[in-house]
Amino acid sequence: MDLFVQLFAAAMASGTPLLLAALGGILIERSGIIQLGVEGMMLMGAIVACLTFLRTESLALALLAVFAVSAVLGLLHAFLTVSLRANQIVSGLAMTLFGAGLSAYLGKPVSGIPMPGAVPKLYLPWLENVPAAGGLFANLDMLTWFSFILVLAMHLFIHRTSWGLHLRAIGDNPATADVMGIRVQAFRYGCVTVGSMLIGLAGADLLLAFSPTWIEGMTAGRGWIAVALIIFARWNPIRALLCAYFFGMLDTLGFRIQLLGSEIPSYFLKMIPYLVTILVLMVLGWRSRNKPSGAPEALGVPYIREQRL
Amino acid sequence: MRHRSKKWALATVLALSIVLVIGGCGNNGVNGGGEPEGGSETKADSGGSNAASGAGMDKPRVAFVYIGPPGDGGWTSEHDKGRKYMEEKLGIKADTVENVPESADAERVITELAQNHDIIFTTSFGYMDPTLNVAKKFPNVKFMHVSGYKTSDNMGTYFGKNFEASYLSGIAAGKMTKADHIGYVGAFPIPEVIYNINAFTLGIQSVNPDAKVSVVWSNTWFDPTVERQAAVSLLDKGADVLLAYQDSPATLQAAAERGAMAGGNDSDMTRYAPEAYLTNPVWVWGPFYTKVVQSVMDGTWTNEPYMGSMAEGLVDIAPLGPSVPDDVKELVAAKKQEILDGKLEVFKGPLLDQSGAAKVAEGQSMPLEEILGMNWFVKGVEGSIPQ
Repeated sequence: MDLFVQLFAAAMASGTPLLLAALGGILIERSGIIQLGVEGMMLMGAIVACLTFLRTESLALALLAVFAVSAVLGLLHAFLTVSLRANQIVSGLAMTLFGAGLSAYLGKPVSGIPMPGAVPKLYLPWLENVPAAGGLFANLDMLTWFSFILVLAMHLFIHRTSWGLHLRAIGDNPATADVMGIRVQAFRYGCVTVGSMLIGLAGADLLLAFSPTWIEGMTAGRGWIAVALIIFARWNPIRALLCAYFFGMLDTLGFRIQLLGSEIPSYFLKMIPYLVTILVLMVLGWRSRNKPSGAPEALGVPYIREQRL
Repeated sequence: MRHRSKKWALATVLALSIVLVIGGCGNNGVNGGGEPEGGSETKADSGGSNAASGAGMDKPRVAFVYIGPPGDGGWTSEHDKGRKYMEEKLGIKADTVENVPESADAERVITELAQNHDIIFTTSFGYMDPTLNVAKKFPNVKFMHVSGYKTSDNMGTYFGKNFEASYLSGIAAGKMTKADHIGYVGAFPIPEVIYNINAFTLGIQSVNPDAKVSVVWSNTWFDPTVERQAAVSLLDKGADVLLAYQDSPATLQAAAERGAMAGGNDSDMTRYAPEAYLTNPVWVWGPFYTKVVQSVMDGTWTNEPYMGSMAEGLVDIAPLGPSVPDDVKELVAAKKQEILDGKLEVFKGPLLDQSGAAKVAEGQSMPLEEILGMNWFVKGVEGSIPQ
């Protein structure tokens, strides 16, 4: 029992940055814009959080700065893809490379400096003695709780509000949405900006709550795993939560198998997350071969009013 | 109109990419040590001819190749401290190149440095073959490679018996554990790490025969997010004292959050978590670098492999953390004195492997070559070495 609680707690800790990034990506892609810049934007979120927090020691200011910088990056992506109708894949890749390069440059002076405990924890004494739940939820940090709320809020927003209906309409068929009187461009700008802020928050969470030292390229591919998560979760926030924790668990499983005294070489255990990614993609592809993938139908297609498709 | 906006978009994207590519390249440019380019050029002739004749030179041009940033708080920051010490002692400015990957990049960087330097220190194991290749092409330049086993006429190798300090860290760990369970976050399953884990375990067993040592491999030198997860998995398993061989303080930080104790490697890491800090082996490169550069100045440099010991001052143990009680501090200090006096040998029989088979007989000591090739764990270590 303890073993599972520990494993799940570790899965939650390493899954939370993935979850936040995937939620941001879902919001962006639901509006019909592909976002491949997750990795670079997470790095920018992490370095901005690091620089601000080391200077001001204020979590609120650090998060504000992260939101501001991510919003600017998001607006840039929106400007390129919505207004200029640039290739969304190229723009996203450029964002990843840009974020990696700039964060490495900005991070030079703070590389390796530890953060003093940044994210306060919410201690719930009444939960502590409840089996299982106590070990998992009694002493979680604020950003993890925020991610729970966000999953619920996004689910309700997308599926239960008229704005969510607009969002889904824009993602599936922007021309029809336009005829209905929805301002497609403005909506897309909004989604890309807010989604980018969440992706930046994912990077900040990785740095402030999970691994409190800035290292060049510290996301180590987590941004790309988040992009894959969006597809696994079929653009659904609640499934994103399950997938993120599943991948978080794979991240830590290798070490636990080593400790069980297995003879499987540690090099092989390190491949588990990547092998499972391929496996899951294969299974999903096979199972949904006759079904729609769940992707917004207009994903990746720039919308131009009155242009024939 | 539509075409124009597309072109605009493409141009903007291209411009962005160029900016970031330039930003990325800036990362491992040579950081001039204060000597202007022109200055180095003019000395090239005299330096070159001096080296060829085997005689000394006034001001050798020195370069260091680093695997990480000097701010890593561990391995590279100790080499950088050593460089500064040498610069101060000899009044020489050295050039450094940081963040050089152990790949084809390394050979390119070393080749570039070899064109206008007299001695080059390459400070990571993976630079061994690139260094050797470049050394063959530049016979007048001296090369010093850390922790390797290949040399040539103008390439030497150097390292130290850090296992002596690992043994002492083990004494502290064995005294501090309450659960009799100690964890070790291993970097890679290579002899260098294995003999340190063994020495650590022998140190623990010398004061606490009941304690067991669990090992996990992170397969990283410097990836704090991975190393933290490895450390957490050991803490979850019940270990209450940890030691790590990587260059980052991730293990110490993870232990501190759980109220456990831990140490790192290479460098005094007290500042990362004072209350939770145990101790760990540290490197002292400064005097050695000074001696090597001095030998180039005097024309007495040799390619003799160097394995510095604690008595010679290349290796030391970091001051024990503030929460370690005085009697433990005194015990470690006494054992350190025994090592310095040559009375205590770490790898001395009887030594048993994990299965209990005798590897070194009672009273015999293990030859250095065998220690440096160790690929088995001593009895009491729980973990496996991928073969």
